[in-house]
Amino acid sequence: MAARYDRAITVFSPDGHLFQVEYAQEAVKKGSTAVGIRGKDIVVLGVEKKSVAKLQEERTVRKICALDEHVCMAFAGLTADARIVINRARVECQSHRLTVEDPVTVEYITRYIATLKQRYTQSNGRRPFGISALIVGFDYDGTPRLYQTDPSGTYHAWKSNAIGRSAKTVREFLEKNYTEEAIATDNDAIKLAIKALLEVVQSGGKNIELAVIRRSQPLKILESKEIETLVAEIEKEKEEEAEKKKQKKAT
Amino acid sequence: PSKFMNRFSEKDGKLKLQFNHGTTTLAFKFQHGVIVAVDSRCTAGKYIDTQYFKKVIEINPYLLGTMSGSAADCVYWERVLAQHCRIYKLRNKEQITVSAASKLLSNMLAGYRGMGLSIGSMICGWDKKGPGLYYVDENGTRLSGNMFSTGSGHSYAYGVMDSGHRYDLTLPEAYDLAQRAIYHATHRDAYSGGTVNMYHVKQDGWIKVSQEDVGELYQKYLKERQ
Repeated sequence: MAARYDRAITVFSPDGHLFQVEYAQEAVKKGSTAVGIRGKDIVVLGVEKKSVAKLQEERTVRKICALDEHVCMAFAGLTADARIVINRARVECQSHRLTVEDPVTVEYITRYIATLKQRYTQSNGRRPFGISALIVGFDYDGTPRLYQTDPSGTYHAWKSNAIGRSAKTVREFLEKNYTEEAIATDNDAIKLAIKALLEVVQSGGKNIELAVIRRSQPLKILESKEIETLVAEIEKEKEEEAEKKKQKKAT
Repeated sequence: PSKFMNRFSEKDGKLKLQFNHGTTTLAFKFQHGVIVAVDSRCTAGKYIDTQYFKKVIEINPYLLGTMSGSAADCVYWERVLAQHCRIYKLRNKEQITVSAASKLLSNMLAGYRGMGLSIGSMICGWDKKGPGLYYVDENGTRLSGNMFSTGSGHSYAYGVMDSGHRYDLTLPEAYDLAQRAIYHATHRDAYSGGTVNMYHVKQDGWIKVSQEDVGELYQKYLKERQ
């Protein structure tokens, strides 16, 4: 019986691909969009919230999770897989605090999660995790960080990034609009995240979930009212810009 | 009191106190960092093995570990600690903190608790949190403090250190205090002697301050008294 589980599910194809890992990445592309932005004194995570059924309680489906007081992550892909990863990461954060007497650096916990994911691409009878994660936070010395991991177990640092459905569109938007001025203040960084999500989210503010970490402050999940206010501001700014352009054209 | 203490010194009694043998080591924090001073006599029972034993292990350029108790245990476990510190630096691209290094050591030792290890060590260094000094022993005790002394001569060393220590000592005063404390311990404790090895841990790493023979120190202090 045990012999049947000897074969790793993730084996190389003749042309050097790990198909299971690539299929996992496809699963990620079907997940709802998540965007992360690294500001100067703030890090922002925004997620596309799937519309909730009438009878369903809103708060049970949270896609942004705190790993420790100063680190949090959002994911795209299979929610159940994410739960496992998040659990292990939370335990590791505390374990690190116990053995090293210091909070984890964002890079350390990212590396831990990435190593965990990689292990599942090279184990008997296991399939890779079907999630990509955006991990944000502040290090002990106050530097803001944003990292992305994917099912293959690689991780990279980013200034801002998006994962999930329509990630390409959002990333292109960010590449055009992420400038030093755009993230100059905390509010600007939050607005940039919302703008990026509004590109791909269906009905505006209601379907956006936003969380921020400010330096030396714990994770804060914005309430829908605050998001609505910000969305309204953004709409206003858009209109003002459109007006200016019309006037230019006219003259 | 004597009945109470007798219980601890019964041979093969369950409550036998283990005294850290054959050494005096000390370390204290002050405004310019951490001073570490040790003797260098190694004894096997009543026999003096060597007068020139290195009781400070240089874990890395800014971390030191002292040794008292069983020489073999100390040398081995502190070298294992040095290995872990190096791996930490490679993995995390950052020097290990003194608190983390001392915790690694104390967790290693706690795993062997009750199996007869004999280690009384002070981990000293300067990291991103400032100067660090931790005392770690074979029971798994791990204490942070400003001043520690271990070994059979520790009480003599404490006497001298306590009477002369202030946070705002100048550098020469601190060197003199540490040397004097070890010297006086070697003078009275049969199991301590040889030379006084002294190190100073600064922000950019440790330096070896001096290595002076206890006999010469005796002459020096004698002259001062006259």
